Amino acid sequence: MTVRERLRQNISAAFYRHGLLCASYPVPIILFTSASILTCCYPLLKLPLPGTGPVEFTTGVRDYSVPSHESQGNLSERPDWYRGPPVAYIQQVLVKAAVSPWDNSLVPVDVFRSPLGRVFSLLEEIRNHIYTDRSLEALCLQVTDLLPGLRRMQAVLPEHGCLLVSPGNYWQNRRDLFDADPDLLKTVHQHEPKGLHTSATLKDLLFGVPGKQTGVSLYSKKRVVTYTITIALSSYDARFVASLRARLKLLHPSANCTLREDHMVHVHFKEEIGIAELIPLVTTYIILFAYIYFSTRKIDMVKSKWGLALAAVVTVLSSLLMSVGLCTLFGLTPTLNGGEIFPYLVVVIGLENVLVLTKSVVSTPVDLEVKLRIAQGLSNESWSIMKNMATELCIILIGYFTFVPAIQEFCLFAVVGLVSDFFLQMFFFTTVLSIDIRRMELADLNRRLPAEAGMPPPKPGPLRPRETPPPPRPSPHTITLQAPAFRNLRLPKRLRVVYFLARTRLAQRIIMVGTVIWIGILVYTDPAGLRTFLAAQVSEQSPLGEAGLPPHLGVAPVFPGGDPTSTLSVLPAPEPTPLPENQSQGHRAARPGVAPVSSPQITWGPEDEELWRRLSFRHWPSLFSYYNITLAKRYISILPVIPVTLHLSPQEAIDTRHPQDTHHAPPPSIKTSDLQTDLTLYKVAALGLFAGVVLVLLLFCLYRVLCPRNYGQNGVPHGRRRRGDLPCDEYGYSPPISEISPLLLRGHSMDIECLASDGMLLASCCLAGSACEAESLLGADFREPGGVAMGGPDVDIFPIRRRTNPARPALFGDQPDLTPLIDTNFGSLPPSQTLSSSGFDFGELVEKAYQEHEPSPTLAFPPSPPASQQRRRSLGDQPVLPPELPPQSNGDWDSSVWAMELRGNLIATGRSSGKLEIYQCDLICCSYFLVSISLMKMEIVAARLNGSLDFFTVEINKPLGLLQYRGPPGRGSLPPSPCYSSEDVISCQLTRSVQCAHQKPITVLKAAAGRVVTGSQDHTVRVYRLEDSCCLFTLQGHSGGITAIYIDQTMVLASGGQDGAICVWDVLTGSRVSHVYGHRGDVTSLVCTTSCIISSGLDDLICIWDRSTGIKLYSIQQEVGCGASLGVISESLLVTGGQGCVSFWDLNYGDLLQTVYLGQSSEGQGVRQLLVLDNAAIVCDFGSELSLVYVPSVLEKLD
Amino acid sequence: MSADVLLSGGAPMRRGPYISMITNRTMNLLIRAAMLFMVGVFLALVLNLLQVQRNVTLFPPDVISSIFSSAWWVPPCCGTAAALIGLLYPCMDRRLGEPHKLKREWSNVMRCVAVFVGINHASAKVDFANNVQLSLTLAALSVGLWWTFDRSRSGFGLGVIIAILATLATQLLVYNGVFQYTSPDFLYIRSWLPCIFFAGVITVGNIGRQLALYEYRVSQEKTHQD
Repeated sequence: MTVRERLRQNISAAFYRHGLLCASYPVPIILFTSASILTCCYPLLKLPLPGTGPVEFTTGVRDYSVPSHESQGNLSERPDWYRGPPVAYIQQVLVKAAVSPWDNSLVPVDVFRSPLGRVFSLLEEIRNHIYTDRSLEALCLQVTDLLPGLRRMQAVLPEHGCLLVSPGNYWQNRRDLFDADPDLLKTVHQHEPKGLHTSATLKDLLFGVPGKQTGVSLYSKKRVVTYTITIALSSYDARFVASLRARLKLLHPSANCTLREDHMVHVHFKEEIGIAELIPLVTTYIILFAYIYFSTRKIDMVKSKWGLALAAVVTVLSSLLMSVGLCTLFGLTPTLNGGEIFPYLVVVIGLENVLVLTKSVVSTPVDLEVKLRIAQGLSNESWSIMKNMATELCIILIGYFTFVPAIQEFCLFAVVGLVSDFFLQMFFFTTVLSIDIRRMELADLNRRLPAEAGMPPPKPGPLRPRETPPPPRPSPHTITLQAPAFRNLRLPKRLRVVYFLARTRLAQRIIMVGTVIWIGILVYTDPAGLRTFLAAQVSEQSPLGEAGLPPHLGVAPVFPGGDPTSTLSVLPAPEPTPLPENQSQGHRAARPGVAPVSSPQITWGPEDEELWRRLSFRHWPSLFSYYNITLAKRYISILPVIPVTLHLSPQEAIDTRHPQDTHHAPPPSIKTSDLQTDLTLYKVAALGLFAGVVLVLLLFCLYRVLCPRNYGQNGVPHGRRRRGDLPCDEYGYSPPISEISPLLLRGHSMDIECLASDGMLLASCCLAGSACEAESLLGADFREPGGVAMGGPDVDIFPIRRRTNPARPALFGDQPDLTPLIDTNFGSLPPSQTLSSSGFDFGELVEKAYQEHEPSPTLAFPPSPPASQQRRRSLGDQPVLPPELPPQSNGDWDSSVWAMELRGNLIATGRSSGKLEIYQCDLICCSYFLVSISLMKMEIVAARLNGSLDFFTVEINKPLGLLQYRGPPGRGSLPPSPCYSSEDVISCQLTRSVQCAHQKPITVLKAAAGRVVTGSQDHTVRVYRLEDSCCLFTLQGHSGGITAIYIDQTMVLASGGQDGAICVWDVLTGSRVSHVYGHRGDVTSLVCTTSCIISSGLDDLICIWDRSTGIKLYSIQQEVGCGASLGVISESLLVTGGQGCVSFWDLNYGDLLQTVYLGQSSEGQGVRQLLVLDNAAIVCDFGSELSLVYVPSVLEKLD
Repeated sequence: MSADVLLSGGAPMRRGPYISMITNRTMNLLIRAAMLFMVGVFLALVLNLLQVQRNVTLFPPDVISSIFSSAWWVPPCCGTAAALIGLLYPCMDRRLGEPHKLKREWSNVMRCVAVFVGINHASAKVDFANNVQLSLTLAALSVGLWWTFDRSRSGFGLGVIIAILATLATQLLVYNGVFQYTSPDFLYIRSWLPCIFFAGVITVGNIGRQLALYEYRVSQEKTHQD
């Protein structure tokens, strides 16, 4: 253990020093880290880019020999895939054919009908070609069935024979079918897919040239038809190919052909990733992003959450890149599919360390210097970080010894990744964190500046020590200014969504990206179409509109018989189009039926050499895949093309005409078909535009529906809330500690025993049963005349001002307001001294308010031996009554107050002597041996130790014409609440008494919603109806005495017993809803919110339970003696007392939000009682003082 | 994101406290079950795709050409199983009174799911020397998954029991010729199947627990909105 301890110490010290270093020199360290990241990633440049595009390699034809399977190291320029024979040799015969000279008597169909018809004779020639004893049948690639899914193509693609494709396949290579075909174009186009496509189409496959270049269309301007006959050879016979080439060239010489014939191109195809393989990959990535999202969401209490989250992600990603780079550097090339293992690597490396570091650093004391905070945070977590890393390395080591190559490689990457991740965390992330923390502190400082007006503006220096004041030590009667704006604890979800949309401008960006992608797809698939589209747009701008729809760029041979004058006006507009010459030419030749005759020229240029390059890169793979031959990771060799030139005479073209060909309406139909192709483009464009508009409208409607109408109008700046201003926001920022400062109320001489409040007034009473000191804090001391008093305890009443307007904080600085309004020190003796020392006319005082209790015997009250009886005589009753003191009242001096309730101006206290006393601020009546009382409206319920319940009614009569005494001016500010002025006549009557409510002493009594609930030592809980004191239910289920009960207006009843059990009851049916055991020892208090139950026990543990399921969510260990002090401020804010402090907890997550220290010295005075007022304040006892803590920003509910 | 789904589903009833509580509970239960079902279906589809790609599992050929490349009954079965297991776990936690010790948060759950998919990936795509090695590796990975993300005895027990049951069921299915494996090495099935089942149970249980944790938060959000 000692070794371990020492190791731990050493690690901690090392981390501490490292943290100091990082926080001291942030910029150099970040530069250093970036440099090392770049260095380690440099080898990545050598790696091939991921992608599935084919790779080429060119060799000469003459000395070609099939490459051997063994890799030859000396030929470095030879790629490593160039081994073994190719899948096939592709020999293309490129045919260019034209009817020449062109004749005006010819119809457009003639452009391609007769040239296409020649393909059959060519095919015949090729098939029958024999060199020595070799025929094509022996050499060509034999294919079998098409794939089952391609039955549709069976008619067109060859089966069971040579793979030889040509346009003739459309007609099953039969001339008679071709001749009988009335509409060639329709035959060709019937196989074309609709819509956008990226793969090779059947037309491409059969023609062997890109669709635009075939010239098979009615408005081809060159009138040259181009197509290929593609032959796939399984073995290469140079002499056969050469003889075929020579034969074809001889038959159809190409005059000016200078194509090079000495290069053979080998094309290697990578593995294709299909949709099916992509789905798991995408899934893992989605999971990965969810993981990153949920992880970085937890980064809290920093200046820039997004910045830190980005830093965390950058840390992980660059550590991965570094690991790949380093592995490549040392000769380990990744054979694994990087994209597939990447998510798993991220998950293995994880973001946990980063979060742990952040949490540890932000939880260090705020008043430390930044670098000390960083260092402390680092060293706090050093041990766990090292331990985790060691564990992970061990696991990976185990994985390495599985000796499975793939796993070994993964492990190797993971190890390097882990180490580099550690490096980056230590250097990069720590430094970023230090910068962020410093920024946050500066921001805090700036925000606090207005309050501390005298302070000079902070100089932003990197190492500037924190100038924030030390933890707040407010003098007892001062309160610091609160930030003026009240924040909402939590925004509703819909608003958050809208804010998110607004903040990130998500909609606009999505639309933008979508547009860009759409344009990209258009350009990628159909660049020529886009060009025509754009050109059409330009020409459409001409004022003519439809009628003047100008001849399209593919200039038709026949110009429409338009009005020359009107067409002339077209001229200026089309100027910018690429072919203005054609236009003007058209005008000049504007004679119907006469076209600018130009005989088609067949030219051979270098671009014809490798026409296949213009095909889709999926051309060959898709051709072969039809026969279930995969090209993935294999290659094909493409032989130089054989050029064939065909010149056909017009007569021949006319002879081969189909009778229907002439019926093709020439120019107008050209126009319409032209239009049609354009129209599809327009349709697509319009559709896209429409979709965009609809999307925008939809979002707008959504926004209008979801957003409140007064958005941005009320004072609270919803739209641009600063994150720091939300104290308990889900995104976690709790305010700086100084924002909440306690306010001490003095007046008691001994520890405070009871607290009560009705929101306006706060009453407290202390143990000082016979304490005799009379402390007058102010002249406003209101004292019981004659010192007779009811003996015993002090009762202090404090006004609690409702903070209606934050702009009136001065009210609180007002010293007199903070003093006890009424300090009723009933035990003050001797009375005469008080009288004399006070400057008030106590004679008047006496007249004012005096309520006295009378001994029981004087009233005929029910039998119970300690029969409770009270009669109140208010001042109104006997205004001139001298302070007559019933002697027995002195006996009360040593009885302490056990229970107290406050409502309006009435205070009811129950004493250990069994007396119920009702004060009207300073009036008292007594009752007997009360344990618990409950004051509801005008009903008082008192429970006694002997198990009986008493119901009292309080009546108030307004007397007339009585002199009023309001005390010194300072008291004039009594809150205008349902208070009963002191001249009211108050009478209290015992209405009902339940003698044997319980068999054993009643321990707890609560009342709400017309129900009175009592708990007793006899293990039962009883529910009474308040109106008629009828017992509704006796709830049994505890195995010990009842110690705590909670009931609220929604009739939720929970009880806790000495057995540590908590039961939740349904008050309507009397059935037990749930029953849980949570505490060792008594349950001391219980509070419910709508979602959970909070209980505290003698074991000083606070447990939070899910109300519906009864599952314990978590528990909070309290300090000794403070277990019972807890309160719920709002739905999600729990406040607990501790040694000299109160702590605020987030109920949802169990996070400690803040701790407020009540006094400057935290000498072990525990907070044993805690009361939550409904105006965002907490009152708790602090020894003999009361502490009032305002929680300004949490309680303001949503409007 | 799941909270959104939950929110949209569970409309609050303005009735008596008891009634509304009950409705909320059953409602929540239903929503949870539905979500778990969807998770199960999704995982089954994706993982099946992995297996089918590698020709590990053979379904009749005409089924392959269908959209989801596996028999129609597999995803619903997996979804139902996932819903059951995901509801069973928190329920069992409550009965046994053995609370989940580890920190419960979505990032952990996501990590767990990622590791589960990774295990599947390894079983389908990594070439091992022999089946024993493959099975042992996967078993170690599964137990590691449990140790990292669950670490409760009840979770382990339930996982083992369900894995055994599921393996038996698969044996029966294959025996009756519903589908088959290309190279069975453990009676009729692959020997790594129990490991996958175990890891799946742990993962789904984790999700179920996390969802159950969310349940009470939902009602809270509601009251805030109101």
